Amino acid sequence: MIALLGTLAAWAIVTYGNASLGVVNPALLPTPGAVGAVLLDAIRDGSLPRHILVSLVRVAEGFGLAALIALAGGLLAGICTPVRLMVEPAIEFVRPIPPLAFLPMFLVWFGLGETSKVAFIGYTTVFPMFVAIAASVLQVDVMLLRAAASLGARRRDLIQRVVVPAALPGIVVALRVGFGLALFVIVGAEFMGADAGLGYLIMEGRTFFNPAQIVMGALVLGLLGSLVNWLLLAAERRIVPAQKGA
Amino acid sequence: MKIQIQGVSKSFAVGGVTQHALVDVDLDVAERELICLLGPSGCGKSTLLNIVAGFLQPTSGRVLVDGRAISGPGADRGVVFQEYVLFPWLTVAGNVAFGLELGGVPYDDRVRIVRHYLALVGLEAHAEKFPVQLSGGMKQRVAIARALANDPAVILMDEPFGALDAQTREVLQDELSRIQRVEPKTILFVTHSIREAVYLADRVVVMTSAPGRIKQVVPIKLPETRDRFAADFTQYESEITRLVKEEVAKVHE
Repeated sequence: MIALLGTLAAWAIVTYGNASLGVVNPALLPTPGAVGAVLLDAIRDGSLPRHILVSLVRVAEGFGLAALIALAGGLLAGICTPVRLMVEPAIEFVRPIPPLAFLPMFLVWFGLGETSKVAFIGYTTVFPMFVAIAASVLQVDVMLLRAAASLGARRRDLIQRVVVPAALPGIVVALRVGFGLALFVIVGAEFMGADAGLGYLIMEGRTFFNPAQIVMGALVLGLLGSLVNWLLLAAERRIVPAQKGA
Repeated sequence: MKIQIQGVSKSFAVGGVTQHALVDVDLDVAERELICLLGPSGCGKSTLLNIVAGFLQPTSGRVLVDGRAISGPGADRGVVFQEYVLFPWLTVAGNVAFGLELGGVPYDDRVRIVRHYLALVGLEAHAEKFPVQLSGGMKQRVAIARALANDPAVILMDEPFGALDAQTREVLQDELSRIQRVEPKTILFVTHSIREAVYLADRVVVMTSAPGRIKQVVPIKLPETRDRFAADFTQYESEITRLVKEEVAKVHE
């Protein structure tokens, strides 16, 4: 909290100082007041809520799709070694390529509409989640499986009643990281060929030379990211309360 | 015979070299008998238990339970592990009910059975706690209740009290001995504690150092309730200590 206030204070001192001394063009270093004014305007005319909603819907769709694929694939790869040995090298080949490098490809394939953004977010998030989920399935203690088997568990029971709950903490972390990543890359996806969304809002700030709008968009993204992370952490604590420290 | 171990051998390939862990082990365990497997570390006693549990396949030989050859783990052989191995996402009651749910036992019966076995190990008050909230001794009681509640033909215990402090260890030995008087089970119990073996066993099976064979079977002819300080108790202790020492000495030769 103190660090937060300190950062705000530093921002105010630098920008208001610059405004009164005129070191650089004051428009280049927007003051908290200027950003606040832009923010209020955007809330009042309803454009900010709309941009947020558009971005969140894209994130939710892309992430949701990726999460389903990563869950099914990660579980399968974690349980079934041949599948893992087939899939993992391919993923490790694609994974080091920065996803943004492929963004133009998605625009070529899926056009300027929603599909390209959703597909791009899905593409960006699916591999890290897949790898993390497969790893947490793989790390399930073999002793737990032995204990369940000697209580009468068959293969199906082992997966449903041991593998999934034992891997759940890892799965939840994987989903949280994936969602954070989705929120990260949506901005880039909306820089190109979008007519709404927070990334578009920031790009619009550049196009119409309105640095305050750029800073405002970035701040909203930061707040949104913290809020979502906080919500997901709270959800995580609810889902896996018993295993803390186990 | 409840358990028949017939000509069981087990070898592992370690870095291209074949290591013989068990050689030609024969052992019959009678109904309601408690057998302690005792021997120096690395003698293959846990390997033998894992084979009976079905976690490992013998290289040769076979194991029969109730006359049927086993092939893999199953509900007829309950296992209590040294490190408890409770399901951390389930409550104490949920852990004890795990096998019953798999077996399709109706809810009302499940509740009754879980309550019974939690009472037997003195944990009724902790039914809704999670394993992480329990001490080591309590965890092992849950593991014992979980194995008992499933009503297996035999129970296999792999150094179950080995991770506990000395006091808790004796308390749990007392409990197991008491449970064995109230609801006797056929138990194969691996330990490296001679005192523990003499205190609990109907027969102590002393194994040789690697490769593991059965060196000698010592029937313990002591009353059901045993006194750790009685003269005949300590006599068994020193007799078995001598047998084990011969094997430990071989390792150091």
